[in-house]
Amino acid sequence: MVANTIKFLLNNELVKIENLDPNTTVLQYLREERFKSGTKEGCASGDCGACTVVLAELDPKKTGQLIYKSINSCITFVGNLHGKQLITVEDLKEGAQLHHAQQTIVDNHGSQCGFCTPGFVMSSFALHKQNNTPNRAEVLEALAGNLCRCTGYRSIIEAAITSSESAAEDSFAKHYQATVTALTALKKLSAPALTGNSHNYIAPKNIDELATELTNEPKSTLVAGGTDLALSVTQNLATIDKLVYVGNVAELTTIEETETEIIIGSALPYSEFIDTLHHYYPDLGEMIERIGSKQVRNTGTLGGNVGNASPIGDMPPALIALGATMTLHVQGQERTILVEDYFVDYKKTVLKPSEFIKSIQIPKPTAGQTLKLYKISKRIDDDISAVLAAFFIEQEVDGNGQKITNVRLAFGGMAAIPKRAPATEAILLGNSLTKALVAQAKEALTTDFQPMSDVRASDKYRMTVAQNLIEKCYLELQSANAREVIETRVVNYA
Amino acid sequence: MRSLIDVKKAVTNKVQTNTDKSVVNGQKNVGLGGVGRSKKHESADKQVAGEAIYVDDRPSLRGELHAAVGQSTMAHANIISMDLSAVKAATGVISVITVEDVPGHTDIGPVFPGDPVLAIGKVEFIGQPIFAVAATSFDLARKAVKLAKIEYQELEAVLTVKDALAKQNFVRPPFTMKRGDSDSAITAADHQLSGEILVGGQEHMYLEGQVSTAEPTEDGGMNIFTSSQHPSEVQKLVAEVLDIPLNKVLVDMRRMGGGFGGKETQAAPWACIAALLANVTKRPVKFKLARMDDMVMTGKRHPFENNYTVGFDKDGQIKGINIEVNGNCGYSPDLSDAIVDRAMFHSDNAYYLDQATVTGNRCKLNTVSHTAYRGFGGPQGMMTIEMVMDDIARHLGKDPLDIRKVNLYGTDDRNETHYHQKVEHNNLSEVIESLEESSDYQARRKAITEFNATSPILKKGIALTPVKFGISFTVQHLNQAGALVHVYTDGTIHLSHGGSEMGQGLNTKVAQIVAEEFQVDVDTVACSSARTDKVPNSSPTAASSGTDLNGKAAEAAAKAIKQRLIDFACEKYQVEAEQVQFENNNVIVGEQTFSFAEFSQIAYMGRVSLSSTGFYKTPKIHFDRATGKGRPFFYYATGAAVSEVIIDTLTGEYKTLRTDILQDVGHSINPAIDIGQIEGAFVQGMGWLTTEELVWNEQGRLLSNNPATYKIPAINDAPKDFRVALVPDAPNREHTIYNSKAVGEPPFMLGMAVWSALKDAIASVNDYKTNPKLDTPATPERVLFAVEAIKAVTAK
Repeated sequence: MVANTIKFLLNNELVKIENLDPNTTVLQYLREERFKSGTKEGCASGDCGACTVVLAELDPKKTGQLIYKSINSCITFVGNLHGKQLITVEDLKEGAQLHHAQQTIVDNHGSQCGFCTPGFVMSSFALHKQNNTPNRAEVLEALAGNLCRCTGYRSIIEAAITSSESAAEDSFAKHYQATVTALTALKKLSAPALTGNSHNYIAPKNIDELATELTNEPKSTLVAGGTDLALSVTQNLATIDKLVYVGNVAELTTIEETETEIIIGSALPYSEFIDTLHHYYPDLGEMIERIGSKQVRNTGTLGGNVGNASPIGDMPPALIALGATMTLHVQGQERTILVEDYFVDYKKTVLKPSEFIKSIQIPKPTAGQTLKLYKISKRIDDDISAVLAAFFIEQEVDGNGQKITNVRLAFGGMAAIPKRAPATEAILLGNSLTKALVAQAKEALTTDFQPMSDVRASDKYRMTVAQNLIEKCYLELQSANAREVIETRVVNYA
Repeated sequence: MRSLIDVKKAVTNKVQTNTDKSVVNGQKNVGLGGVGRSKKHESADKQVAGEAIYVDDRPSLRGELHAAVGQSTMAHANIISMDLSAVKAATGVISVITVEDVPGHTDIGPVFPGDPVLAIGKVEFIGQPIFAVAATSFDLARKAVKLAKIEYQELEAVLTVKDALAKQNFVRPPFTMKRGDSDSAITAADHQLSGEILVGGQEHMYLEGQVSTAEPTEDGGMNIFTSSQHPSEVQKLVAEVLDIPLNKVLVDMRRMGGGFGGKETQAAPWACIAALLANVTKRPVKFKLARMDDMVMTGKRHPFENNYTVGFDKDGQIKGINIEVNGNCGYSPDLSDAIVDRAMFHSDNAYYLDQATVTGNRCKLNTVSHTAYRGFGGPQGMMTIEMVMDDIARHLGKDPLDIRKVNLYGTDDRNETHYHQKVEHNNLSEVIESLEESSDYQARRKAITEFNATSPILKKGIALTPVKFGISFTVQHLNQAGALVHVYTDGTIHLSHGGSEMGQGLNTKVAQIVAEEFQVDVDTVACSSARTDKVPNSSPTAASSGTDLNGKAAEAAAKAIKQRLIDFACEKYQVEAEQVQFENNNVIVGEQTFSFAEFSQIAYMGRVSLSSTGFYKTPKIHFDRATGKGRPFFYYATGAAVSEVIIDTLTGEYKTLRTDILQDVGHSINPAIDIGQIEGAFVQGMGWLTTEELVWNEQGRLLSNNPATYKIPAINDAPKDFRVALVPDAPNREHTIYNSKAVGEPPFMLGMAVWSALKDAIASVNDYKTNPKLDTPATPERVLFAVEAIKAVTAK
């Protein structure tokens, strides 16, 4: 028996929600149910950050500790709040005293029209809660999902860089233990659920509950981060009858390492595995930092990115190039397949009814292997790729120098699904990388792909840039062994 | 030889400007008052706390309904039939109206007719409102409008500027400005060049979308709360569609979450539709546009397609030029006549064109009607001549900066524009040379050339571009403003003025001006929302004129009250006027000192009127469109920027590494606010020319219709090293308010430095021998193809 309620802390108040349409977003809940209008709707699609709020949750790794995460309230369903503390802009101020994250913006003249400002305040607040002395790079990473059309950002950056001891003494710090206690108590409750307008939401707590739920209700819609799914509600005005939230499923929210693999639970948000991946594959870590925004990475998951099978998801090409596998689960039955074999056609996969993605396994690198990743988009931050190129190359030294012994080139944005380039790989495999070989590989790429034109790029640009990235990869590999390093990435000038 | 500006004395964005005590330009403020100080934005504390109320944040009114409109799915078609039965039957729907239900005017064109409030028998762009719905919730209204069945008879659509030009399909007649005989001068010159450029449009992307609430009043009128730069026009149009007199419509505008021109004329349709629905239902109606609807249904910065033919001498000095600017106006005139005019006025930017013919066409296309956007056509006009500068430089093998310098307007001669206004008080030569020095341009130019020689993939570029921007509405009658000031008996001051606050700090600056007049603390002055019942017949807050006009009007109102207080003091205390001083929140009368509050009470008891209106109209301006001659601008605002960029020649990706700006704001009323305007305008201008790409498909449907597909600058796009300085000791030589200069629009065009620097980096691929063609926005795609074009030339 599941309780038909959602419980969470709204700032420091324990709130219980019953009988609310689970298609309601946190933003709608705040503005329309709670009459808290400090959180703004800029786009209702997770692209501008004006609606940023902060969630505090128990740190799974450190008992008794909280993690503060900025999220886009416009694309988060209200059910996802269960067991968490929702912090909004109105509650930062204590009496007449502005919070540090607010006062620094005032002092630096960082608000003009002020509509984006609450979102910046909350992103800055979350950053300072986790890191009281952020440097410029950390500030830019935390605020890249907040758009401002007035200031040109300089003043906001300077405000957020300002560190202060007072941030450590705000009302949330004072209530820290009480918050931990309250959230710990909520965690012990049975799986939360919510019903309203004949729509249901349930958040199973373990894999068996989830598997049973999906077997009983195969037409359920899985919600992981929901950063893409919520758009069907806010943009296409759809309603989802049955939402099953996987973010509370213990077995799906872990990260483990074996001798040879990194195993990432499908419902683990990016922000919780980025460091591990960055450690083994620096290019991958840097690329993930450019997926969506901090807010999106705090909720978006690997399972979601792979699962919705978009041709422009950034992780699938990287996973395909790495030879990653995924474990699929249905009622206690598991099978493990290559990520590459998951995609069938545009938004079509091999996933069977009631089956779900449990985890993704990424092989650890061994000597002689290189992963090169290139994300090409109109804007560097928070933009969907025109082309995502992932090159996995393994080379061995023989009598004639280096020879390619294993190669996987995978692309996003070049076809209806994320896809390898077999003809191009065939050119490279078994050969030494030379300028002449690269020229052949570039030519072969035209037989692998016939990309399309859309709002992000023309077919011609996609092909040209994909070809050029092979050349760039070659130059970077050459440069790695050369005395003088050739600079090849403008993002390093950020 | 002119002396350089001492940039070391300047207020900059590096020197802390956050203190209210700052001494600006060495000018110490006596007493209190506010002018010249970096006062924080009047709403800053509320904005950061989530307490600032925007229209959508207002508490719901009893029975409030939500509006949505059914939109055209065809670019050009007759409406054959309309079946709205499913819409009417939809959950939550209270009322459905079409143009038949409009009691008054059905055309809400702001200057010229052409904008039906709801479609009248035909549609002229995809997204055009056809019918409107009032429902019990925002989502139910949006869902309901999708249920309409509309039959169309498709008509031929004009979807390119070239097609419009071929068909002479214009929203307004072409216009030419002419000085001398350009054709002969071009032919006679040492060199001739010609070229063309596509200049992209721009989505405003104000963070707060369009929104209005209409509340019926007891006498058949309407109260409107709106996010509009032009409350008086909203008032007029609402009255006209309802067929009621203006005095029954009240428009209240507290603040906008950004405007940038997008809420000058195009806030009104949603207010009118809300009012029509409120009138029918007798209930309050809110109309908030969802972001995608906002992007589809509201006009943008006009895309332009411009071309030129120029003749110049061996030094690169222009002798004659023909320029044609072709604005894509969309389906209706809106403000396009004045916008294309401004593109023509600014086709010279900072340069003496000598013999010049500038022609402007106002092309009619079946897209949304393009509208005002920061710069108002000026930026699109300037792009041509900045392209000419780069083209001449590459042709002669010179640094583009040298060509820009040699073509600058002179001070004593070579100082007449192609519309025959004399360029007075021109300081651009000093501004440019000072910036060249303070930004270390020459040394960096050398370092960049060396970097490029050793970097095969990444290339750097640098450019310095100036801006000269004409200040005043080119429509003369708009250059007027009113204000209303009350002093209460506790010494606090209420201020209303005709301008609207969209984040630019207008209310803060005008409050500083009033506080300065009475020498009281600026916190004593409370600025109310712009309300049409307080200050009537106001002009739009646009054309960078907000402070110039409303500051002067408010000053006049304050001066009137102050004079009454002085007269009263003289009479009551038998002193001479010179013995009455306002200082430090006090009124000093001879030997006696009263607090301002005390003296307000005394004056009240003495039956002195403590309320006054104020009025201002800009002097000196006139323009005769028949002859193309006159002085449309009261003065020019000037500035210059140096930007350095790095590009990737394999992908076209780029970064702006550093930007230095020197901007003349005259005697700054609030340096921190001015710097904020400059920084924000620059980044917005840079976005316009780089990543912000509007894409329409072959049916005329906007594809870049949300922020996932339309990319304004994000935080990492701001220059990593960003140095802004205000020209010190530079009071406006015209008698503007405290000799300040307008700042809203002029620095927007400094973004051209980034575009020119990108071209510089691209040109380096062939050792600066070939001039790259780079239409805008210069997306990574365009940059890559420009690089590839240069490589192709090199290969030959």
